[in-house]
Amino acid sequence: MDEKKCAGCSSNTTTDPRYQELAQVIEQYRDMEGALIMVLHRAQEIFGYLPEDVQKIVAKELDLPLSEVYGVTTFYSYFSLKPRGKYRIAVCLGTACYVRGAAELVSAIEKELGIKVNDTTEDARFTLEVSRCIGACGLAPVMTINDDVYGRLTPDKIPEILAKYE
Amino acid sequence: MGLIRSHVLVCAGTGCVSSGCKMMQEAMQQALERHGLSSEIKVVETGCFGFCKEGPIVMVYPEGTFYCQVKPEDVEELVSEHLLKGRIVERLLYKEPVSERAISLFNDIGFYQKQQRVALRNCGKINPESIEEYIARDGYQALAKAVTQMTPTQVIEMVSESGLRGRGGGGFPAGRKWEFARVAQGDIKYVVCNADEGDPGAFMDRSILEGDPHSVVEAMAIAGYAIGAKQGYVYVRAEYPIAVERLSIAIKQARELGLLGKNIFGSGFDFDLGIRLGAGAFVCGEETALLTSIEGHRGTPRPRPPYPAVKGLWGKPTLINNVETFANIPVIILHGPAKFKSIGTDTSPGTKVFALAGNINNTGLVEVPMGTTLREIVYDIGGGIPGGKAFKACQTGGPSGGCLPAELLDTPVDYDSLTAAGSMMGSGGLIVMDEDNCMVDVARFFLEFTQDESCGKCVPCREGTKRMLEILERITNGEGVAGDIELLEELAEVISRTSLCGLGQTAPNPVLATLKFFRDEYEAHIYEKRCPAGVCQALLSYAIVAEKCKGCGLCKKVCPVDAISGDLRQPHTIDKDKCIKCGACVAKCPFKAISR
Repeated sequence: MDEKKCAGCSSNTTTDPRYQELAQVIEQYRDMEGALIMVLHRAQEIFGYLPEDVQKIVAKELDLPLSEVYGVTTFYSYFSLKPRGKYRIAVCLGTACYVRGAAELVSAIEKELGIKVNDTTEDARFTLEVSRCIGACGLAPVMTINDDVYGRLTPDKIPEILAKYE
Repeated sequence: MGLIRSHVLVCAGTGCVSSGCKMMQEAMQQALERHGLSSEIKVVETGCFGFCKEGPIVMVYPEGTFYCQVKPEDVEELVSEHLLKGRIVERLLYKEPVSERAISLFNDIGFYQKQQRVALRNCGKINPESIEEYIARDGYQALAKAVTQMTPTQVIEMVSESGLRGRGGGGFPAGRKWEFARVAQGDIKYVVCNADEGDPGAFMDRSILEGDPHSVVEAMAIAGYAIGAKQGYVYVRAEYPIAVERLSIAIKQARELGLLGKNIFGSGFDFDLGIRLGAGAFVCGEETALLTSIEGHRGTPRPRPPYPAVKGLWGKPTLINNVETFANIPVIILHGPAKFKSIGTDTSPGTKVFALAGNINNTGLVEVPMGTTLREIVYDIGGGIPGGKAFKACQTGGPSGGCLPAELLDTPVDYDSLTAAGSMMGSGGLIVMDEDNCMVDVARFFLEFTQDESCGKCVPCREGTKRMLEILERITNGEGVAGDIELLEELAEVISRTSLCGLGQTAPNPVLATLKFFRDEYEAHIYEKRCPAGVCQALLSYAIVAEKCKGCGLCKKVCPVDAISGDLRQPHTIDKDKCIKCGACVAKCPFKAISR
């Protein structure tokens, strides 16, 4: 099995420590009014995305219809229903970045990685996303790779930056 | 603890963190230890200085020396020269763009000269993670004054008297909003802070939360006292991790000192705060959608009335204000409304924070008295347009606002003047566009944004923005037809008159504003199939200007489809059938010999 690709989707919910962590999170928020979004945030931190079985657990534990949980996860762009690569590239398409050529960065990355926006590379290394303003407009155009921020970018800097992420 | 002779302030706002301030700060600590200075010189991490373009920024007090673009390798020199020997390191000072003159003092820099900091009073001055530093700058005194010396009605009278208007963009008088929430019937009430700053290109609220979170905590407690609420929520974007972290620290510290919680200042007033994270939905900046989202649902707006002041969070009376509005409150309570009103204009007192970005030299965060003109902001503070290019437009109000052309640069910045000129104040994004920006493309960009962010609840917004976007896409693709402009105008009117919430009602504004001032650009796209700014790819035709071409061959090498041919040192030519209009040759050509 290709370990890089496997997201552990069929893993046993009783032994996988991530599910225990999820149970703790739900316990912590159970009595809070309107807890769903906060629980989903934490669940996404734990799993990297929100797989169907996680949404089912959250729905059951918070006593909500699955349809409502699914409605929320699909409404907010911050939540992802698909597994994402090890490194998440997010090119800011806020106004300041846009007028400074962010669209050209997206094309350069698409070309470099051979994927389109919202896709993940074959080797599960990179996921390319576009984001709303991250508020680093002073450095426009910017992109983030996981928690690293790159500013004052030009398309020719892209290959060198991506090469840093193994 | 020894006596500290110097403080080194290092900006730790998102801009400077992105510019690498953390590594620089670590190098600074190590250098201080090497020189045996760590007991007499203290390094303080502060919030945003505003001058993001020049980051990472370092300020040395008591001299007030302002260093910019400080890299880890510069630190040794800074420590051994300035901190050890007292000699200013001139090469790290800010240099005026035109005269190249180096300036050492913060207040002498053009970028800061016309600014007046009220909402940002502590940003860049204190460590946002230290409640003691906030208290040392009169923090929580306003709360003490309110709960121990004033009645709730007196607090609200003071806010009303100050003339403070909502800084989130609407400009509704804050005092009236507070009064509505106070008189509303209900045993449980809430105070909510809108920190869902979704306007692309705006980062005022983020900088306040990162640089001075206690000012918001204090103001929300004052608001709670004034309207009779015991619980508040800050709804903040998940995309702002540093702001969320510092706000959490601030709330925790305030609880520890009894400034939040039960019986604040022994007055019998109880108030506590919680944080709720947004999840990337622009519509949640609309107040009713925001409340729905705090309740844990899809963030769709609900019809008003009833207004949140009457029926808000979980059906209870709720006061909802924006971050910057709250940040002004402690100043008003502490120093009185008269002092606040002495700044700004009659109808828009106080200051406004703008996030200055786009094609401008000094990008960053600026706070100016209301009534300052756009020209002063763009040229005196912003330092003009880079590369000697011509100013084209100033975009304010984000996806709900408009673009003002060069003829209107003398418009004073206040709620009423901007609206009268055909734009709006908005939350404070101010994006400068130059001659290389196509206004039709900008309108398309904003419509793409609002269409994508439309929550889908009401038809005019959901369907109408999509139709408008389709027309704009057609125009920028060179497929515009006669009648498109009129159709856009008709759709715009219907959408703005019939949409449920502010998002839809204002979504057509970028199109209407660009049509008002840049109609000729639309006409050039539709009738002449030409993009005057050279942005819309489908309308471009690349050609090499023979007189300028030196035949260096760089364009030929970079062309991905081998569309360029020519012999060395001879003018090259582009085969238009092969050309995919990628623009790589234009970017590469050192002689600017390629026209489009």
